Amino acid sequence: MPKIIINGKEIEFEKGMTVLQACELADVEIPRFCYHEKLSIAGNCRMCLVELDKSPKPIASCAMPAAEGMNIKTNTSLVEKARKGVMEFLLANHPLDCPVCDQGGECDLQDQSMYYGVDKSRFVENKRQVKEKYMGPLIKTQMTRCIHCTRCVRFATEVAGVPEIGAIGRGENMEITTYLEKAMESELSANVIDLCPVGALTSKPYAFEARPWELKKTESIDVTDAVGSNIRIDTYNWEVKRILPRLNNNINEEWISDKTRFSCDGLLKQRLDTPYIKRNNKLQKSSWDEAISLLIDKLKSTDLNEIGGHIGDLVNLENALSFKKFFAALKINNLEFRERKYYINPTEKINYIFNSSIKGIDETDLILLIGTNPRLEATMLNARIRKAFAQRRVPVYSIGDPGDLTYDYTKIGNTTDDIKKILNIEGKFSKELLSSKKPIIIIGESALELKSGKYIIEEFKKFLKANNFINKDWNALNFLPQNASTVGLIDLKILPNKEEENNSFFEKLKKNKFKLLYLLGSDNLNIKKNNEFIVYQGSHGDRGAEIADLIFPSAAFTEQTGLYENLEGRVQECKKASYPIGEALEDWKIFNLILKKLKKNDHLMNFENLREEVLSLIPNFTKLNELPSFKDIRTSNQSSYFVNEEVFIKQLDYFFTNAISRASKTMSECRQIKQNIKKTGTDNI
Amino acid sequence: MLKQENKIFKNLYNDFGWEIDNALKREDWKDTKNIISKGREWIIDEVKTSELRGRGGAGFSTGLKWSFAPKEVGSRPHYLVINADESEPGTCKDRDILRFEPQKLIEGCLIAGYAVNAHTCYIYIRGEYSNEGRRLQDAINQAYEKNFLGKNACGSGWDFDIHIHYGAGAYICGEETALLESIEGNKGQPRLKPPFPALVGLYGCPTIVNNVETIAVVPTILRRGGKWFASLGKPKNTGTKIFCISGNVNSPCNVEEEMGISLKELIEKHAGGVVGGWENLQAVIPGGSSMPLLSKKICDTITMDFDSLIRNKSGLGTAGIVVINKDQDIVACMARIARFYKHESCGQCTPCREGAGWMWRILDRVVKRKATFSDINLLSDVTKQIEGHTICAFGEGSAWPVQGLLRHFRKEIESRCREEPLIKKKIDNPYLVDQHLLENKNA
Amino acid sequence: MSLKKVHDNQPKDFTFSNENLKKAEEILKRYPKKNKKSAVMPFLYLAQKQNDNWIPLAAMKYIANYLSMPYISVYEVATFYTMYNLAPVGRHFIQVCTTTPCLIRGADKIVQLCKEKIASKENEISKNGSCSWMEVECLGACVSAPMIQINDDYYEDLDEKSTKEILDSLIKDKPLKPGSYRGRKNTSPEKKKLINGENHA
Ligand SMILES: Cc1cc2nc3c(=O)[nH]c(=O)nc-3n(C[C@H](O)[C@H](O)[C@H](O)COP(=O)(O)O)c2cc1C
Ligand code: SF4
Ligand code: FES
Repeated sequence: MPKIIINGKEIEFEKGMTVLQACELADVEIPRFCYHEKLSIAGNCRMCLVELDKSPKPIASCAMPAAEGMNIKTNTSLVEKARKGVMEFLLANHPLDCPVCDQGGECDLQDQSMYYGVDKSRFVENKRQVKEKYMGPLIKTQMTRCIHCTRCVRFATEVAGVPEIGAIGRGENMEITTYLEKAMESELSANVIDLCPVGALTSKPYAFEARPWELKKTESIDVTDAVGSNIRIDTYNWEVKRILPRLNNNINEEWISDKTRFSCDGLLKQRLDTPYIKRNNKLQKSSWDEAISLLIDKLKSTDLNEIGGHIGDLVNLENALSFKKFFAALKINNLEFRERKYYINPTEKINYIFNSSIKGIDETDLILLIGTNPRLEATMLNARIRKAFAQRRVPVYSIGDPGDLTYDYTKIGNTTDDIKKILNIEGKFSKELLSSKKPIIIIGESALELKSGKYIIEEFKKFLKANNFINKDWNALNFLPQNASTVGLIDLKILPNKEEENNSFFEKLKKNKFKLLYLLGSDNLNIKKNNEFIVYQGSHGDRGAEIADLIFPSAAFTEQTGLYENLEGRVQECKKASYPIGEALEDWKIFNLILKKLKKNDHLMNFENLREEVLSLIPNFTKLNELPSFKDIRTSNQSSYFVNEEVFIKQLDYFFTNAISRASKTMSECRQIKQNIKKTGTDNI
Repeated sequence: MLKQENKIFKNLYNDFGWEIDNALKREDWKDTKNIISKGREWIIDEVKTSELRGRGGAGFSTGLKWSFAPKEVGSRPHYLVINADESEPGTCKDRDILRFEPQKLIEGCLIAGYAVNAHTCYIYIRGEYSNEGRRLQDAINQAYEKNFLGKNACGSGWDFDIHIHYGAGAYICGEETALLESIEGNKGQPRLKPPFPALVGLYGCPTIVNNVETIAVVPTILRRGGKWFASLGKPKNTGTKIFCISGNVNSPCNVEEEMGISLKELIEKHAGGVVGGWENLQAVIPGGSSMPLLSKKICDTITMDFDSLIRNKSGLGTAGIVVINKDQDIVACMARIARFYKHESCGQCTPCREGAGWMWRILDRVVKRKATFSDINLLSDVTKQIEGHTICAFGEGSAWPVQGLLRHFRKEIESRCREEPLIKKKIDNPYLVDQHLLENKNA
Repeated sequence: MSLKKVHDNQPKDFTFSNENLKKAEEILKRYPKKNKKSAVMPFLYLAQKQNDNWIPLAAMKYIANYLSMPYISVYEVATFYTMYNLAPVGRHFIQVCTTTPCLIRGADKIVQLCKEKIASKENEISKNGSCSWMEVECLGACVSAPMIQINDDYYEDLDEKSTKEILDSLIKDKPLKPGSYRGRKNTSPEKKKLINGENHA
């Protein structure tokens, strides 16, 4: 490995590193504003200047490739002077409004001015004024504070793939803006808030809510989709004040989607804080005792076959298992978690997870989407695909029309016939696929909902296996689930035992054969209510509660600890950041209350045992936060039948996918804007 | 004085006509095919022998620059780009070449293009020179008609095309990487170096950027020999140069002279002398606005070449000489230059974006006699905080003239400054309201 | 330079005229196919010329679509370069160079004349509706200072008298001939040494 001398110490570095990165290796900290690991290098703030032997001028370490034998000094007076000079320039036109700035306490400029700033400004002229810019409902701007590092511009162009922010004008009058000041059309837009090193772009919903040092910070994971983005939840007492991304290079790098970040205000609204009973068509507050008694009456008077249970999208594994065990104690069988019927083969784990892994997208050389819109279904995964496309020009193909994905892709067709052709090695694409080294095939729920759903996944699996695309090192087969609970619930076998086509959960539901329906946090199921008695247990007064006859309030995901399995089959822990509101309880505790009342004391559960059992039930489990491991891969010989039909991709109502986001004011503003854009065309000049 | 026979640009004032037929009479395009047939190495060696240094401002050895282009063309084509952005205040030489000696430039492009393996050449002309651009296009068309350009240009076996690209009013686009950005359809913001354009330039391909004058003298050098060119001027500062003499002289003009001619001779012989006589001279900017001015004392003896000017803490730059006599307010003159740099900063990097305007504002206060003594040191600090800390040489270009002013006219500045007031003037800013929220005039 | 203000009154649509469409296709041929973005500057000029010397937002959008560029990039380019006018200017557009070499030789007097004869403020359309003026940085004709540019043409070696004539004529819609107003040949040295009409020899 090549060597470089930093402050007299020789260290080895990897080829391709910059001087700044080499300095970090040597534990020498370099101040910076414009440089960001995940963005292209701009080299414009000039804060990172260091001394290079034999160079008369200091060099920008963020942009200079490290080279063998370079002699770098970072602690000389030349460097000190350069940095102080730059700092003085940055502060010259920067307003002195730290006391009223939301970035206060976590501001790079504030921090670094402690080292390189002087206590008195020599800039006696009037400071520059910059007009506020409108950037939508998420981002609050105070452009006078902008230090023109262009991180936001680079993020929008490079990562989000929506080149909508730019620096207009020039010289000292250069201003950062969106095109004609409209909201950014990206599901990642709010990441610029984290990127902005000063308080020019701050969070609009969080404006003046709190100071960072007053908040309790809990490291957790996101449940708004199946990606399992790592987040930090900042709370002030009970209230979740904000959600921030946590670096995890395997999953979300350091970004999160706007939905992850901003649906948290939905946690404060429409909360179920006490049991309710419907009387005379009106929900009335009740007590636990009364409500449970009513449930028991109903249970006793209903045929077990006519009772069904459905688990929702945000339920953690311990709670789901407790539900299953509760049903088992009552000898009830009908359990389901899917929101629509789509094909799943639970016999083997690789059938229902994203086998190539999110990080694997960094290695792939070809991507095929089948019946999925990853931009809406798994935003952060889509950002990875975009990265592969943008940085390595990886070709992306699609069967079905997902619309704008923020990168270019080739549409192969939109029928199942086009899939069949690939499998029969007909057409150009098939050859391209076969000549690729690490392809990724992503099959969405929309595809598995088709009549040929089974055909698509089973035949593709055979095809990939036969062509050695499923092996020890690489697995090209991927299912893209949409909900945080999906993979774990398949593992917990929350699926009807056999495929009793005519007697399935969905058939019964459709034909109104259930007399009692128990919804555990389930709000997305399409129910045409007839005479069913519906019990809803969950956190929000959403769609499920609306049709319920009996409501049990339970805790939201931020208010309890629990496991989730993301789309890769990675088991992660969601941590308790706040506590349940009012009389709400964790789900498993509610089942205990019922079981107690039923005198089924030997079925009572506790959290530790549930956790243990969950982990023992998960096939191929390695350890928390890690990918599952597969010793050997079997091939099933499922027979399936084929129909030629259109591969239609169901459009998600992105900002409204779950009970929390539907309760969020911020999300509904975003949705409104998106709908307006759709109505009037992309812009209205 | 340069002998008529040694002048390269015989039609500098359009005494003989710019059209190609007239140009042919002046021996343009004579033996071009023959020159090219001698091969790249010979051409580059001959240019090295001539010791030609770039006429665009930096004075980098042209032969050496050409030799940086990869010897073999790989997967990426090579480009030749001609810098006709000429926006340095005090400079207007390239304009005359474009108008009156276009064939010299065009022939030079073909030869240089061949030497650096480029089949395509872009000439970047500042947007304001639209008439000059049209003229050049006419000349290019004439050259195509005679098959001097295009497929098998001039019978050399080399295919060569020239396109014009217009700027649109941005001095910074004279900086070579900003210029490339501009051709690519971006804002003219300079790139980080390394990589240098010779390896990663236009569209990411190897690119050689040269000034108009640099390229226009090449055919004559190759026809008359590198040794001939080197015999003019001084060692390492060879050949002839077009000087632009403007400001307080009796007869401002462009003139081609030998490198190393004395400044005084240049002004007195060609520009009719300083208005009010040599003794009325206050200062001279020797090489376009970026170069620090020279005091009268230095002007008395200085010769006009790269090295002697560097020794006097200035530079030949573009050889745009601005003569300032004692009737002028020297601080106002330099404040106006500082305003130019404030206006033209691309805004990309911090020191230049924030510093250029700051310098102007301080100088403006000096002119208006509203500055204090501490402002002088502040001004000096600001120039030093810009210098050497920016992405491109614009930083130096904006700081040096102010440093020159401080070096030679500090007394003058001091005489206009006051003491720091002991009791500060009462400002009626409402209490606790930040300045940026208030109306301001300077912004 | 202060940030350019976009004109309040914007036309709804913009498309290139047939003639300009042809020109646009010619322009595209100059650049590699992959790099058609390079044509953005020439296209902005075309649009400006077609639309009475200023560029409406619709034109930027049109060009962005034409070249498959993000709108913001076209907008960035249009606001970066000073020669793109984002609001109407006079049919006779006078640009006065006031950078030091011109300043030394009396550019301030020319500015004064513009204020008196055209409009008291920069970028304001004159009363008769046909002219506007603006101070600009060095136009690269320093040895012919002071000088002004009217549309494409340079008027050089000016003094107060000649500037008055030029402006008066211009207001009457009768532009005078461009070039030197001291009767010399291009940038050649003069035999007669005249500064502002006075003999300084
Ligand atoms: C701010 C700035 C402005 C410049 N302007 C010009 C210019 O207008 N014309 C020019 O030929 N070179 C200009 N240059 C120099 C070019 O960057 C480059 O060095 C030159 O075109 C190289 O050509 P040469 O080697 O033939 O001199 C400028 C440089 C800087 C830093
Ligand atoms: S020095 Fe000035 S002109 Fe050069 S890159 Fe920096 S901001 Fe732009
Ligand atoms: S971090 Fe290197 S210039 Fe900004």
